[in-house]
Amino acid sequence: MSQEKITDEKVSESGPVIEIRSLAKSFGSNEVLKNINLDLNKEENLVVLGKSGTGKSVTIKCIVGLLTQDKGTVKVFGEEVAVLSEDDLKALRVRIGFLFQSGALYDSMTVRENLEFPLRRVLMLKDKAEIDTRVTEILEGAGLPEAIDKTPSELSGGMRKRIGLARTMILKPEIMLYDEPTTGLDPITSKEISELIQSMKKNYHVSSIIITHDIACAKIVADRVLVMAKGEIVAEGSYDELEHSKDEFVNSFFK
Amino acid sequence: MAQEGTLSIKGIFEEAGNQVLFMFRFFRNIFRFNFEWNELIRQCYMIGYKSFPLVAITGFIVGFVMTLQAEPTMKEFGAESYIPRMVAVSLIREICPVIIALICAGKMASGIGAELGSMKVTEQVEAMEVSGANPIQYLVVTRILACIFMVPLLTILAEGLGMAGSYSAVNISGHVSPTLFFNKAFSSVAFGDLLPSFIKTVFFGYAIGFVGCYKGYNSDRGTESVGVAANSAVVNASLWIIVIDGIAVQITNALGY
Ligand SMILES: Nc1ncnc2c1ncn2[C@@H]1O[C@H](COP(=O)(O)OP(=O)(O)O)[C@@H](O)[C@H]1O
Ligand SMILES: [Mg+2]
Repeated sequence: MSQEKITDEKVSESGPVIEIRSLAKSFGSNEVLKNINLDLNKEENLVVLGKSGTGKSVTIKCIVGLLTQDKGTVKVFGEEVAVLSEDDLKALRVRIGFLFQSGALYDSMTVRENLEFPLRRVLMLKDKAEIDTRVTEILEGAGLPEAIDKTPSELSGGMRKRIGLARTMILKPEIMLYDEPTTGLDPITSKEISELIQSMKKNYHVSSIIITHDIACAKIVADRVLVMAKGEIVAEGSYDELEHSKDEFVNSFFK
Repeated sequence: MAQEGTLSIKGIFEEAGNQVLFMFRFFRNIFRFNFEWNELIRQCYMIGYKSFPLVAITGFIVGFVMTLQAEPTMKEFGAESYIPRMVAVSLIREICPVIIALICAGKMASGIGAELGSMKVTEQVEAMEVSGANPIQYLVVTRILACIFMVPLLTILAEGLGMAGSYSAVNISGHVSPTLFFNKAFSSVAFGDLLPSFIKTVFFGYAIGFVGCYKGYNSDRGTESVGVAANSAVVNASLWIIVIDGIAVQITNALGY
């Protein structure tokens, strides 16, 4: 996807861009996260593997302040998310892209309006020509220029994911959080999306957390892999290390 | 949020607290710059214009039926000439505001509840929030304001059509000139009838929009909660309308209107 190089002011300090310490979160009696420790380094693709229902989505929702943890700290660019003021949180969210499991396209709007939404309402752009250029550009990057006037209900699952991704990319985030980007897609589309994720890092220096069950995707994108189970991180290493792990549970993801 | 069916004291207070917070967020977001005018107009169209046929038919029939039913009794007392007045005053003061508000509760509150509920379930609201946009401003403020504008307008419209219905009914049994009929009707309607009734409908509109948005925006996860949100939006909005009406009657009586 076409994008200029991201200018980084705050990230210039080395150190991790995301730093999670002893994160715990329960919903009523359902103890979802027990003790999560996680660092995301700059320009790194971190893959998180785990069975469904282990709290992977909850973890990344804590990173953007959609959920607030019970215990522990989440720092993004060195700032603690839970204590940010509304305006600061908003400013932080603009720097983070979040791809939802479902794509989360706005049903009542066409693809064009979906893509314009963050430009008009987050960047507060007014200039019609500029908005149009950016929308066309990002749609071409997503390989779907013909979809511009369709509504989300007319798109296939893979197209929705791509548009969802394009809508996130249009704000040029420095961090991307992908929630199961390839789940439910055919192998070819999955591979394309995986390559897109990889190119985000190479071309735009984006740091990413990728939640997935798709081992083929993990193989393409991962710099480092974490395995989550029952609210904790149970294994960490490079793709190759974990693939040859002696641990049966860890190993089971690679079969 | 209090669970459906379980009315614990704690639950009630929690729910009330949440509603107050939500109301606070609504009012705070009205006065942000960058107001969503286009979306407001679109919502007025969706919410108001689309309810127009239902409201129009209801208004007409209410006036028509009321007149037909009142006629024999009024005749008995030789008071037929009071029919226009009686119908006008009762339609404007009480019947149209309440009936139209209840109909709007059924149509608008359920629609808003279901729409926002499904946006919530499919993570669209979270997606908006996480992109740095303001879903309260975009989704909630516009819908509540649209209800505040449209419910009074629709009520006035229904009142007008109610009078037309009444005129048609009178004409079934014998010809009455429209000038005479409407002169009689409107000469009896005082400012004291119109204003309190109008103010009341503004509050009805607010209640409908607020409850619809609150229920939809705070619906649970899972697809079944969309239905729950729509349903409890209608139930709660209707209840609020009755309560507000009760309070409004007390106030207008106390003020001597
Ligand atoms: N907002 C919420 N309210 C209540 N329970 C939740 C919420 N979000 C997630 N959960 C629960 O947390 C658990 C983990 O969910 P999730 O993080 O979505 O799993 P996954 O690892 O598959 O992404 C599930 O049992 C889910 O029901
Ligand atoms: Mg998940």
